[in-house]
Amino acid sequence: MAEATADLECRGINKDFGTFRAVNDVSFAVPPGTFFSILGPSGCGKTTLLRMAAGFLEPTSGDLLIKGRSMLNVPPNKRPVSMVFQHLALFPMMDVAANIGFGLRRRGEPREDIARKVDAVLARVGLPDVGSRRIEQLSGGQKQRIAIARCMVLEPDVLLLDEPLGALDLKLREHMKVELKQLQSEFNTTFVYITHDQSEALVMSDQIAVMNHGVFEQVGGARELYYDPKTAFVAGFVGDSNRFSGTIESIRGGKLKARTPSGFAMTGTSAADGLSKGDSVDIFVRPEAVRLALSKPPVSKLANATAGTVDSILFNGANSRVLVRDEATKNEIDVAIPQTGEFAGLKRGDKVYIGWDADQTRCFAAGKS
Amino acid sequence: MTGDRSRLTMILLMAPLLIWLTALIFIPHAEMFLVSMREKVGVRQYEFGFANYATFFNEPLYWNTFVRTALMSVAATALTLVIGFPVAYYIAKMTRGRSKTILFLLCLIPFWVSELVRTYGWMILLRESGLFSGLLQYVGLASQPIEFLYNDAAIMVGLVYTSMLFMVVPLVTTLDSLDDSMIEAGYDLGGTGVSIWREIVIPHAMPGIVSGCIVVFMLSLGNYLTPILLGGKDSLWFTGLIYTQFITRFNWEQGAAFGFLLLALSSFIVWAGLKLSGQTLSRTMGR
Amino acid sequence: MIPTIPQKPLHVWVWRAYVTAFFVYLALPLTVVCVFAFNDSLFPSLPWQGFTWDWFFGTEQPRLGVFNERPIMRSIGTSAFVAVWVAVLSVAVGTCNAFLFERYDFRFKALLYVLMLLPLVIPGIILGISILVASNFLANTLEDATGLWFDNLRPGLPLVILGQFSFIATFATLVISARLQKFDRSLEEAALNLGATPWGAVRTITLPYLFPAIAGAAVVAVLMSFENFNTTLMLVGSDAPLTITMFDRLKEGSTPVLNAVSLLLMAASAGLGLLSLALQGKKA
Repeated sequence: MAEATADLECRGINKDFGTFRAVNDVSFAVPPGTFFSILGPSGCGKTTLLRMAAGFLEPTSGDLLIKGRSMLNVPPNKRPVSMVFQHLALFPMMDVAANIGFGLRRRGEPREDIARKVDAVLARVGLPDVGSRRIEQLSGGQKQRIAIARCMVLEPDVLLLDEPLGALDLKLREHMKVELKQLQSEFNTTFVYITHDQSEALVMSDQIAVMNHGVFEQVGGARELYYDPKTAFVAGFVGDSNRFSGTIESIRGGKLKARTPSGFAMTGTSAADGLSKGDSVDIFVRPEAVRLALSKPPVSKLANATAGTVDSILFNGANSRVLVRDEATKNEIDVAIPQTGEFAGLKRGDKVYIGWDADQTRCFAAGKS
Repeated sequence: MTGDRSRLTMILLMAPLLIWLTALIFIPHAEMFLVSMREKVGVRQYEFGFANYATFFNEPLYWNTFVRTALMSVAATALTLVIGFPVAYYIAKMTRGRSKTILFLLCLIPFWVSELVRTYGWMILLRESGLFSGLLQYVGLASQPIEFLYNDAAIMVGLVYTSMLFMVVPLVTTLDSLDDSMIEAGYDLGGTGVSIWREIVIPHAMPGIVSGCIVVFMLSLGNYLTPILLGGKDSLWFTGLIYTQFITRFNWEQGAAFGFLLLALSSFIVWAGLKLSGQTLSRTMGR
Repeated sequence: MIPTIPQKPLHVWVWRAYVTAFFVYLALPLTVVCVFAFNDSLFPSLPWQGFTWDWFFGTEQPRLGVFNERPIMRSIGTSAFVAVWVAVLSVAVGTCNAFLFERYDFRFKALLYVLMLLPLVIPGIILGISILVASNFLANTLEDATGLWFDNLRPGLPLVILGQFSFIATFATLVISARLQKFDRSLEEAALNLGATPWGAVRTITLPYLFPAIAGAAVVAVLMSFENFNTTLMLVGSDAPLTITMFDRLKEGSTPVLNAVSLLLMAASAGLGLLSLALQGKKA
């Protein structure tokens, strides 16, 4: 069976603002029914990319296709995509039903059909009785759902979402993450979601593109990005990391040995090709990959083992951390505290042993992020 | 105690306001109303009655002038809105940063100049020996001087010109507050220019439209200079009648009655405008 | 429609043309007034007879320049006198009102606020005649009762000042309230906390903060007073402010002297207007 046509495809897209290149040679394809996220810090070009897909910006070069059809020079009101705006852009001068019916009225559909479709979509987003409410009477979460309903009623090929959860408070945001994912599978429409919040991207997406300085650093599933980052930027941006610098002393296959400025010899894995002896590298180790122990034996078999004193304890329930002043690297190392009860009595100044495996020690050529 | 002192301060602060409103607004208007209700029955002899208002309704010239003034003011208001709205939209939504500030200032500057000077400018342009007439003769479209002054069109031009600021400023302010993403969302959902104007832009600008229209209508209704100078002695503007009764005929009773009718009309229109659009005076004017 | 939405070049062109035409319409009358102030002719009309400064500095009839025209210079003085009084009164009352409406809660506050706004929606000529009628009534009553003369209640500058003040005070209130609204009251509380008296805190903290708005309101008041015509017309006595003098001249027939006065007026108003914008635009 031939691969289905991508819902949204970019081919070598560039966008320049004067001499500044906001989007640099980006190519990707989003298969139908995917929840696709573009994750990156503010100013990385993700909003520019999304607005090009919506039609509010024209690419400087490259092609943009929806369902295989080029969208260049197609105005936003003629594109089969809909957009959920950052602040939702619900029309305050209309009630909920009129908001949702706006696009249908533009298509000139009969009044009864519009009413029926509006009711149907309201039921699908779980708000069957709010049609006659005014926008300002809705709660934050309800507005969110109405904004999505307003787009979905038009049955777009692709729904674009511009950080719509940004304005919500933390609790509601956590809740809406789950809900958005459910809505997406319910409608079975392709969602393209941009955000700077990695947890939003990781929780909801089938595919995530990590973007920085106008280029896609890596495209992949959440696990892949987390466990197998291909660039130093991705390693640093997705999830938390302890970061060391070092110089390669020996390298064989994927395994290498690097010496940190303090003289500690770290055993690690090369995450990218092309590293050779003498190169400067950035080394990333996740807090949860560090084994914590009160005595030496449990860590002594690990490729990198050292000892230190507790500098401070950052209690945060299940996500509690301990900052360990390491003797070998002289760094402060962020270590996740296993919630087994073993470390319940840990306090400042205690001596602890820490170690981590070579596989969990990812090395990248320095200065790339 | 502080409570007493704060109360005293409040009363002291309220005093100027109350004196101002009582002495310069309420008492004068009450007095004007009383004067308008006096019938002259002999030399320095008066009776209470509606004779001055009866005169107004019995004399076709008076109420014709009244109706004409009202209708022309409505027309001037509508024209100002139609002409000013696109400009306000352009300034608010289609320009950015520095050029926006400059265009907005350019709109304001003519209105720091006295209305008299503005009207005088139009006289120089429109009169028989004026610029337009001269220009038409020069290019050969007219063989002799043409008088553009002293007709209703000239009054209209002057009224619209004089009122433009009071329309454009509130419109720019309200349109400025319309988030660009509203318009983008409208397009994204398949809207076109016309439908977005009708369903999003104009409803959003309604408070500005109402406050602009109220002010412009009121200013046109109460205008004296423009109709007299551009429309001539027979311009039949109601303020002209009031002036004649007060200053020329010295018939203050009749003048006061006219004044009260004008005030009633203007207040009614303001009230109706606010009611129709669901606005309040505090929200519309208090900005 | 907005820059982010692609549109046809023709549309953009039509928009620009319209806006340009609009600004030409705005500028045209003012420009001709200015240009003809320098025409070397007895009438402010075509043909252009060459450039002259006579209408500003001329010393002999019929080419008496503005600066040598006694009546006009005197009426400018009268206008300035009126404007200063109106500005002082309006700003004083406006400041009180701003504090009253921003700081205190009392019964009928909303009603009183609406009443304060009323002068904005009363036609100027009505304000003029009502004050004329009332002051005349008061003068007659007082004169009958005491046998003294009360000239200040007859048409003249005191009534002109009161008449203009009666609506300019509202503008001053709005301008000053707007700034007081943005004032962070914790600054005052901090001053009180540091040992200032309530009045001391207002004087050293709040009033300096309000100063741009107060000065801006004063400038606006001067501008509005200078160009007021309708209210002034009904209350004026023998000393006429500038607009009234110009109006009388205009009815007799215009000479380029009027253009010259207008030009001076424009320059002064534009200067004052920019000053008021600068004052109000100033951030705390």
